[in-house]
Amino acid sequence: MAKTPVRFTLNGSETALFVDGGANLLDTLRRGVGDLSPKYGCGQGTCGTCTVLIDGEPHLSCLTLAETVEGRSIETTGGLSNGADLHPLQRVFMENFGAQCGYCTPGMLMAAKALLAKNPNPSREEVVEAISGNICRCTGYEPIIDAILATAGQMRGRVA
Amino acid sequence: MALHKGRGFACINYPIGMNLGGDPSQALVHSTPDGKFMVSLSAIDLGQGMKSVTRQIAAETLGVPVADVYVDTADSDTGPHDMGSFASRGTHRVGNAVIRAAAEARAAMMEAAADELEVNPADLDTDGEGNIHVKGAPGRSITVADTAIAAQFKQGKTLSGRGIFLIPTSDVDADTGEMTPVSCFAHAAVVVDLEVDDETGEVTVSQVNSAYEVGRALNPKMVEQQLIGGAWMGISHALYETTEPYYPDRSHGPDDYNSYLMPGAGDVVPHNIAVLERPAEDAPFGGKGPGEMCANPLLPAVANAIYNAVGVRCDMLPITPEKVLRGIQANGGAQPKGTF
Ligand code: FES
Ligand code: FES
Repeated sequence: MAKTPVRFTLNGSETALFVDGGANLLDTLRRGVGDLSPKYGCGQGTCGTCTVLIDGEPHLSCLTLAETVEGRSIETTGGLSNGADLHPLQRVFMENFGAQCGYCTPGMLMAAKALLAKNPNPSREEVVEAISGNICRCTGYEPIIDAILATAGQMRGRVA
Repeated sequence: MALHKGRGFACINYPIGMNLGGDPSQALVHSTPDGKFMVSLSAIDLGQGMKSVTRQIAAETLGVPVADVYVDTADSDTGPHDMGSFASRGTHRVGNAVIRAAAEARAAMMEAAADELEVNPADLDTDGEGNIHVKGAPGRSITVADTAIAAQFKQGKTLSGRGIFLIPTSDVDADTGEMTPVSCFAHAAVVVDLEVDDETGEVTVSQVNSAYEVGRALNPKMVEQQLIGGAWMGISHALYETTEPYYPDRSHGPDDYNSYLMPGAGDVVPHNIAVLERPAEDAPFGGKGPGEMCANPLLPAVANAIYNAVGVRCDMLPITPEKVLRGIQANGGAQPKGTF
């Protein structure tokens, strides 16, 4: 099958590879590039654990054609921390016990990151709205919502 | 149309583990050459905190810092046999096995340290910070790391221990029919407040208040987290989740997340929890573990609250709006059972 070349930046690094026609971004990141941080949950756009940021906007990578990200900037959970230095969201998720099995966590983190970039002072309802496409089986959501609100507070404190 | 408030109550005695006798868990503990300890298990951590809790238990028993203990688990090729993570048995069964393995490893460690310090092992104690000292004379001490190095490179000994926990089979008394099939019970009581719409049959849970008795909460934050998540799952089973929603024909049922109903972040219900700690005698440091019990009592509590609100007694789960409406219709209208 004819392959299509695609170039994009992944967590700030230039990335180029050939993809099959119709290949989705999730498969391309996981198998093509080897970034295993976005997870495969349903493969049909209903669980949210594959969420990545494309030019800062949250997208379901399982439903995104790899060819469409040509020239764009992709962010995944794999790029959140700086070495051992965790992103505030990651740290506060840990402190708030915002994960049990952790399978939903990459999607939750990326959805939260997109929210806080746009809205540093979200209400509880806005947090709920931002993660409404993400299913969590374990936590009952409460600790995740609390973690996102707490991160927002901490990040505002740091900027101010 | 009217909204009817209802309150339902349920309590539970939950037996910890598979209580027909047996139900073994094994643990192996050994030190690395630099005085850290590895706990080898086969018990699975699905997110319930098995690794954290067994790590705490091992560190406490060994008398070393938690940071110096590692837990390697979930591979039955390399770990000792375990029955598995089910029936709320993890903390209790695996924890007890870890205590035994860690106690044996600690005895080996104290003997090796005693050899180095030329004292009797019985005269030694650990400070929990990586040192072993003569009781009453903290100055005469050796680090756990130096002890491990001496044991491995000089004395030719391993600092290791084996542990197994097994529930003795309880035979039925031929005269009385009596037996003791269980080890220990955890307990809970749950009160659910909700509203039922008598026009749509829709049920909205407004508040949960609960009290859980889980022995000692070995990791209180994780206990709370599991109780919150489990209660959410219980409500989800009570009101939403099924692979057979409305139609008699299986082919109309949900087969993916699009059609399988689960509450999301917008459906979170305020939940106030009281954790009561009554350490159990046969449990590791008294901890029984919340386990399945964190979801189970929510189901009858929700069913009772719906009965209280509109007088409809549903005995099939989930209690969908359709079942509530059919019940109201059969009764000739909503029949609130009174307020609390
Ligand atoms: S894997 Fe993409 S939404 Fe579930
Ligand atoms: S932590 Fe398990 S799915 Fe969210």
